[in-house]
This record gives sequence, structure tokens and C-alpha cells, in this order.
Amino acid sequence: MSGPHYPGFDTLSLHAGAAPDPATGARATPIHFTSAFAFRDSDHAAALFNMERAGHVYSRVSNPTNAVLEERIAALEGGVAGIATASGQAAMHLGLSTIAGAGSHIVASRALYGGSHNLLSYTLKRFGIETTFVDPRDLDAWRAAIRPNTKVLFGETLGNPGLDVLNIPAIAAIAHEHHLPLMVDATFTTPYLLRPFDHGADLVFHSATKFLCGHGTAVGGLLVDGGTFDWQAAYDKTGHFAELCEPYDGFHGMVFAEESTVAAFALRARREGLRDFGAVMSPHNAFAILQGVETLSLRMERHVANTMKVAEFLSSHTAVESVSYPGLPSHPDHALAQTLLPKGCGAVLSFNLKGDRAAGRRFVDGLKVFSHLANVGDAKSLVIHPASTTHFRVPTEQLAVAGIAEGTMRLSVGLEDADDLIEDLARCLKLSQKGA
Amino acid sequence: MLLTVDGVQAYCYTGGKAFNPAQPTAVFIHGAQNDHSVWILQTRYFAHHGYNVLAVDLPGHGRSQGDARTSVEALADWLIALLDAAGVEKAALFGHSMGSLIALEAAFRAPACVTHLGMLGSTWPMKVSDALLETSRSDEPAAIDMVNIWSHSTMSQKPSCPGPGFYTMGGSQRLMQRISAINPALVFHTDFSACNSYANGEAAAQSVRCPALFIFGTKDMMTPPRSAKLLTTTIAHCKVVSVDSGHSMMSEQPDAVLDALFNFVSGSR
Repeated sequence: MSGPHYPGFDTLSLHAGAAPDPATGARATPIHFTSAFAFRDSDHAAALFNMERAGHVYSRVSNPTNAVLEERIAALEGGVAGIATASGQAAMHLGLSTIAGAGSHIVASRALYGGSHNLLSYTLKRFGIETTFVDPRDLDAWRAAIRPNTKVLFGETLGNPGLDVLNIPAIAAIAHEHHLPLMVDATFTTPYLLRPFDHGADLVFHSATKFLCGHGTAVGGLLVDGGTFDWQAAYDKTGHFAELCEPYDGFHGMVFAEESTVAAFALRARREGLRDFGAVMSPHNAFAILQGVETLSLRMERHVANTMKVAEFLSSHTAVESVSYPGLPSHPDHALAQTLLPKGCGAVLSFNLKGDRAAGRRFVDGLKVFSHLANVGDAKSLVIHPASTTHFRVPTEQLAVAGIAEGTMRLSVGLEDADDLIEDLARCLKLSQKGA
Repeated sequence: MLLTVDGVQAYCYTGGKAFNPAQPTAVFIHGAQNDHSVWILQTRYFAHHGYNVLAVDLPGHGRSQGDARTSVEALADWLIALLDAAGVEKAALFGHSMGSLIALEAAFRAPACVTHLGMLGSTWPMKVSDALLETSRSDEPAAIDMVNIWSHSTMSQKPSCPGPGFYTMGGSQRLMQRISAINPALVFHTDFSACNSYANGEAAAQSVRCPALFIFGTKDMMTPPRSAKLLTTTIAHCKVVSVDSGHSMMSEQPDAVLDALFNFVSGSR
């Protein structure tokens, strides 16, 4: 007989945080469309407001449907708490703003999603938070960029646009040497392919819009506190993270690190950032994302299998200059990917088509199964041609600086029959070269 | 709140309110490989409803310095010394698991100091299996996982603790791991050995004259309610409350545990 074991990933995907509704017996998680929740009496109300009892007060701070999703992602990631937000951008902002403010500094990978880059480069800078961007593969650069006012290191598990694999163990070690946490955007990998906390990360967020939802139906974000970072020890050494280790006037002088030894970050993020910035997820979206999470492992297996077939097809095609996918031996992070991503490298890849922007347009305009749009992580296959969409005003030379060529395509490989995807791509690769 | 006990710094969480000598005091004592934060909701409620709260970190646990004590008797002596250091003459003692034995032994050693005795997830003898005892010595992370799995009855407790969105099984695992990280001196094994070797439970129970409360988790695999019969029959005047939970009852059923504790002390004040 085997010893005790935690519930497995698939079991958690279906059950963590959810039980049949005690009022109705409903087996599916109900959508709690309510703004507020009635108090039993005035003492109950005061106790809820003052965190003496657990429960719901107002849906901007918590909602029963959202709570199921939050607890489920925390369980799947191996963390202590989740917070559902209006979008992945909101999750990133909530994570950073909980521990950084005017005068703070962030060290970030330069291989980031454009929206994350915008937030760090322009918007947070306007609020006094500076970011230094580094080559994610250059460990010395991470170390050298840390300043006395640095509060967090940040990167994506799979970077953009080159699918760089973040060396989480090495970068976490650098962060921890300096008494800093590592925050990771794990959108492309999901906890099924990679659990960043197992490798040293301390905070994780997702654009749940993508693979967690899985069907392109809801925008949402999830921030997860790993409970791994000792904020008090860091504060004692560096004076950083007073937000968690000194009395907070905005919540009756609460010292979050005293209240909760391991979930101080999540407490503050909910009690301050979610409350005050208000970027909360709709319970309807929480329900839609929960439906996706229930089948996450099944979908990710198929996503990865299809992507590998597509990547191998593209890499042998004469109209393709190069393919960037860590599952291929040609990718510079292939060996690291085999260590950190043994179940596969996700379902997003990029490739460079031979030819100019016009060839790229002929390719995307001819596709019938792939949809041309700006998203990833749908059950349906997606494609975007940066040079004619997100970067259409950018001169060719500047595109190259961003790692994008005129013929660069990004694919998000869906769950269709792989043969149909390859046929669609093959036909349009041929079409793309006709005008050359 | 920081105190000095036996010349060493000791930490007590006070529930978000300053200590007020004019108020009655409730002392909360955590179990093996834990700290004060397992009582977060109950302690905040008590502190904001007319009680001083002293939720201790036992020596060598969390924020309290010094070596972990190797016997329940030594821990009870430390607790009595802590009350003295805080200037508390009388207090209600609430203990969970190993903490319940410390409360019981403190009531035996200093009965005049104890107004109420609350024992949660308790039993006596508190025998720890040879396998778990050995695992806590040779492979502490594995022992943490074993105890964490056995201590939780569900992966979907509502409304969770300390609030919605918190995954209590994950929080409990991380807390025990943190106790190890702060103090790598095999605290878990020391705590389990203290529970395992505590021999004075029956005599201590026979001496209890103050109001006594037992709270049992109906799904508790660590200290099954039926195993506590000797204690509940010996303390014949005790009150027994059952809650739908495993061993981690303060997080699995925070309101039910709070209501049982608060009604117990406020009803007989």
C-alpha cells in the first residue's frame, strides 16, 4: 500500500475549491451574480470587515464563484492563495503594485509580451517605478541590474517573441541572494506544463484569457502567492517590503506578515490592491475560466502534440527560414526546456517566412483553419503577422531590434486535427511565395 | 508583542490590538511545526471583543528564539513563565494538538492561573507512530507532507481561511516548511517526541477543576475523537463540541471553532 499523497493534478483541476452548493446541491459552481452579501447581524458585519471571520462582503473584494477559481489555481500551482483579476494585465499590475511604489526598481526580462513591456516601460515609470530590462539568458546581467531599491525580478516562463525559456532556478537564486522575490508570467505554460514555485519562483500570474480559459471566451487574470518568500526576513535584512511588515494605516494598522506567516502578500494584495484599484474579475468570467481549467491537462496534451507536429513540418519546409520553438533541438533553450518543461513547450511558436511583408500578408490572408487575430491559447488555431498588424508602422530595421522580421509569424496551435492544420499551412506557404 | 522568557525573546501575536492589563486574557497555543498564525481568525475576533490575546510562537518556532523544548512539561513551564513575563495572573488557555497537552500540563502545574481550558484536536496518550516519528527525523519534508495530508478533510473548505481565495492545504504546507527554514534543528521531530513521551496526561486531567472544553474534528485522522475518551471521561465536567473537519479545524471550520471557544469563555465569565 502506498503512503499518503496529495490529490493529483487532474483531480485538483476538477475539485479544488469547489463542492456541491450547500444551498441547492448544484454540482457545477454557480455563478454568483450579486454585488454584495447580506450580514447575519451587525457583529457579523463588523467581524467580516475586520477579518475576524471569513466570508464575502462585496464582490469587488471577493465573490464565491471567483473564490473557487482562486483556490483552484492556488492548488494547481502549489501556492497558498489566488486572486482573480479583470485581466492578465491587472494581475501583473496588482502583483507589482503590492510590493513596489514610487522610487522602486524592477529588473525584468526584455523578452516580454508587448503589453507587459508597455506597463513597465511607460506606465509604471510615470508613477515612479523604474525598470531595467535584461537579456533573460544573461544571468550576469540580471545580477548586475539589481539596485538598492530593486523590489522584484520578473520574467515570462516562455518569452516573447523568441519563446526564450526562463531559467527560473538560476534567476530565483539570484533574486534570493539579494533578498528579493521572483515573479513569473506563466501564461504560456500553465501549471500543467510548469509549476514555477517548484523551481524557486515566489509569485506567479496568468492571463487566464489564454490556455486556462482555453476557448477564447473570457478575459481574466490570476495572481498566485506561492507562500515561499519570507518577507519578514527580507525586511529585517534590507528594510524592503515595509508594505507587508509594518502597520498599514489603510487597514486598521494591520501588519500582514504577522497576521499570516506565509500569505502576507496575498492578504495585502486583496485588502489593498483589489479593494482600491478595483480591477476585479466578473463572476461570469470566473465561471467560464473554471470550465476551461476542468479540462486543462487534456487540452494541453493535445495542444503540445499538435504544436510539435506543426513545428516539425515548418522546420522542414523550403518557404520557412527558421522556426522558434523550444521543443525543437534547433532552439537555443532546448536543453533547458527538456529540464523545466518535460511535458512539452506549450502551443505558441514563431517562424520566419521567406520574403517580405507582402509575402506575409499573402500567407495569413490565405489561411482557412487558422484565424488571424491578436490572441493565443484558444482551442482554435490562431495566427498573427506582427509586421502587418501590431508592428505595421515600425520600419524594417527597428523590427529586427525587436527580434521580428517582415515574414515573422506567431502561431497559437489549437486542438484541430493536426493534418488539417498542416494542410492549411502548406497551402498558404506555397501561396506566399508565388509573388516573390 | 515581544517578551523575554528565561532570558530569551518570545513572540506573541495579540490579534491586532495592544495588550490591555484591564481585560481578561486568552492564550492560544499552536501544535507541532506550527506558529501563532494558525489561529488568525479566532484571535482577531477575541482581541476585538474584550480579550487580550497572546497567541504564542513556542520556543524555536516562528518568531520566538531559543531551542525547541523537548518535553510537554518544559513547554508548560515556559508558558507559565511567559504569562508571568506578560504580567498575566489568570488566563484562558486554548491549545491545539500538541498545544492542548501544553495547556493541560500548565493547568496541572499552575491551576490558579488557568480560568478556562480549551483542548482542540486533542488526545492522550498522544502516541506518534514509529514511522512518522522516524520520518520526521530522517526526512522532515516528507513528514510535513504526511501530516498535511492527514490533517485536512477536504480540498474545498468554505469560506476558506483566512478568507476566500486562500487554499488552506497549501498554506498549511508552506507554514510547516517555513518553520523548518527558520529553524533547521528538526523541530518537527522534537515536537513529536515531546507528544509521544508525555506521560502525565491522566494525572493532569484528574486535576482539572476549571471549565474545560474539547473541540473535535469529526474527520480528524491525526487525533480521532474516539481516542480522546480517557480525557473526556476523566474531566467529567467538560463540554464537548464536534465540528465537521479534519485535524486542521481552525482553518477548516474557523467560525464553528471560534463560536465554540467564545461561547465557552463568555458564557462562564
